[in-house]
Parts: sequence; C-alpha cells; structure tokens
Amino acid sequence: MDSHHSYSQVKGVSTGVSNLFIKSYVSSKTINKLIQVHDRIFCCIAGSLADAQAVTKMAKFQLSFHSIQMESPPLVKAAASIMRELCYNNKEELQAGFITAGWDRKKGPQIYVVSLGGMLLSQPFTIGGSGSTYIYGYVDAKFKPDMSLEEAIQFSTNALALAMGRDNVSGGVVHLVVITEAEVKHVVVPGNKLPKFHDE
Amino acid sequence: MATMLQKFPSSVSTLNDYNALYPDWTQREVSTGTTIMAVEFDGGVVMGADSRTTTGAYIANRVTDKLTPIHERIFCCRSGSAADTQAIADAVTYQLGFHSIELDEAPLVQTAASLFRDMCYRYREELMAGIIVAGWDRRRGGQVYTVPVGGMMTRQPVSVGGSGSSYIYGFVDSNYKPAMSKEECLKFTAEALTLAMERDGSSGGVVRLAVISEQGVERQVILGNQLPKFSTV
Repeated sequence: MDSHHSYSQVKGVSTGVSNLFIKSYVSSKTINKLIQVHDRIFCCIAGSLADAQAVTKMAKFQLSFHSIQMESPPLVKAAASIMRELCYNNKEELQAGFITAGWDRKKGPQIYVVSLGGMLLSQPFTIGGSGSTYIYGYVDAKFKPDMSLEEAIQFSTNALALAMGRDNVSGGVVHLVVITEAEVKHVVVPGNKLPKFHDE
Repeated sequence: MATMLQKFPSSVSTLNDYNALYPDWTQREVSTGTTIMAVEFDGGVVMGADSRTTTGAYIANRVTDKLTPIHERIFCCRSGSAADTQAIADAVTYQLGFHSIELDEAPLVQTAASLFRDMCYRYREELMAGIIVAGWDRRRGGQVYTVPVGGMMTRQPVSVGGSGSSYIYGFVDSNYKPAMSKEECLKFTAEALTLAMERDGSSGGVVRLAVISEQGVERQVILGNQLPKFSTV
C-alpha cells in the first residue's frame, strides 16, 4: 500500500511470496516487492512476480532512455504511463498490477495505480494485492489528507500488519520506502516488531 | 419465471448475444449479499446488518431486515441465499419455541446456535447460508456464535459475516477492544458496517442495529444520510 503526504511519500509492502502451483508453498519470506525504476520513482508489484519483474525491467530501461532524451529526471506520471502501456498492450499474457509512486519537480509526491488490465489512475493513497481487501475499511476510516511522515509510516505499518494477520499469502517482513526530494530511505520492519492487535 | 427462459448456446450466433435479450436479474437467485456483524458486551450483545437484497445486479429490496428474531432474546443475522436463510430461520424458530416450552424456561443462545449448526451442517451441500446467532441468556449473559457456510459453529466476542465483511477485517481487528460499553459497541458496529457498505456492491441501504440484553431488545435504524462520515469515503 501507499500513502503520500505533503512533502514525501511512504510506500509499504509486505513480503510473503507464495508459489501457488506448489500448493501454497512460501518460496520466500523476505522478498522485496518495491522495485526502483528511477532515482525517485519506485514500483510496488503484485500478482505474478515473474511478470511484474519483466515489466519493471523493461520500464526501467525505457524510462532511463526517456530521461536521457529529455535531459531531466522523469515525471512520475511518465513512469506510470510506460508501465500502463506495457500492461495494456500485453494484457492477455500478463497478470501483474503495480503501484507507481515517487517524487518529481513538477508535481511533488504522486501515486499512480496501474491495474491488471492496464488502467492508470492517480490517487492520494492506494492499496493493492490480495491482502488489500481486508484493510479497505481500515484505510478508509484512518486516512487523513496531509499526514506527517511519522503518521504516514505508522498508518502504513498498521495497515500492512492487519492485512498480514488476515491474508494467508501475505506475511514475512514489511518493506517501507520513504521518497522525498532529498533522499530515498528504505526501512524494513521484521515480523516480531510489527504492531499487535487485540487478539494476538 | 427464470426457468422458462432459454439459455442460448454461443453457437447460435456469433454476431448477436441472444442471452442479452433477458435482463440479468431474471436468471439469478435472490441473495442477501450483505454485511452482518455482532459484538458482545458486558450485559448483552449489539447486532448490526445492512439492508440490501440483490438479484444479480438488481436490488430486490433496499430496506431488508436481516436481523431476524428466533426467540425473545435471541436474534440471528442472515447472509447468503435469502431463501435458504429464511427457511432455516423459520425451522429453528419452531424447534427452539418447542424446546423452550418443554423446558419451561428461556432457551440458551448456545442451543439456538446448535440448532442452526445442525441444519447448516447436515444440508451443507444444498444450502448457501452464513449466519450469526446472538442474544442474551441468564447463564452466560451476552453471547455471539457464528455459523458460517459449511456448518461450523464457534463463539467469538466479535463476528463479521457476508460478502462485505472481507473489507472490514482490518478495521475490526484494530478497533475492537475487550470490555467496551454498549454505546461504544453501537458506534463501532455502525462505523464498521458503513465502511463495508461503501466498498461492497452487494451491501448498502440503511444500517439496522439491535441491542439485546436482560431488559429486552432495542432496535434502531440509521438512514443513509445519517451514517458516520470518513474523510475519504
């Protein structure tokens, strides 16, 4: 899930990976689903990881080419648009959804959702993946526009912890990336440090 | 009526979709899509439900009452097939009434839940019913029992059910605290149901609440424009 606030962004992703073809075997507990496609632009991936990795690899290449041609850092919208073109034109073969988020000079922090079939939508915050259904109520209730960085990190961590508590294919550790004009910070919250709720 | 309509195979025509001659709702079963919820507090239970019944994409009833009395201080919340849950509730109401007369005292909530469970488990292949049984009795006070599809029965301090419940697991997990007061439970239930109704297409309408305690049953309705508001919703 992603939330952004006035000057920077927090992206969070929980990392269990389950290979469904081998009867719900967890092939990795610590995989990082936050892929960097440019200096200040990241993508959260969901769905088939193979497809998602292939798409982000291609997008990273096209984005860096575009950035060199334009002689300036790319817009977040440009990155999202490239992902969307790839998803839409190959919609029959691909099974991956993305949240593209980052910071650029023109509009500051932004979040774009690129869904399975290739829709592109800009939102103040968004959630995705199989575990997201369980936290729609929570994020609808708790999100406030213009949160501070600490509040946004707490909000993301809580939401992810709740989703991991209910979704059997989400779990492991929580990866957070904070993107600002100045820097990109990667925070990892291991399972035992996650917030606990009443029934745990 | 739905059985008289012919379903055309796709070989009939590749240019025209003959199955689109008849609207979706003529060929779908009536379902209480739904979000239902019940919470125990010290002295009773709070139960809540939305009010939408759908036949496919058509809303057959937008003011449904899904909180059904089974006995004086025992109610159930129904989700799944409207026909199945109504039939089961009627049968259990009869059985429980008979049992209560034989015993010459008020029945236990656990007894009602067991009757639901026996029926839902025995006929599990034919039925599509998810039920939450809640009420008050003298032995154990306020209790909530959940009998989901398949026929399991378990007691829980808070239980959610129906298609809209998936969206509020996170909210319920984070906001529930043990030992809440009646007013806190009412607010918690109303907020949770509102959030689910905003996200689930099969849930909507008004929020119906019922509080069951030693004193009896109090029912309320929260209309659409009076529902709690959240900043994004």
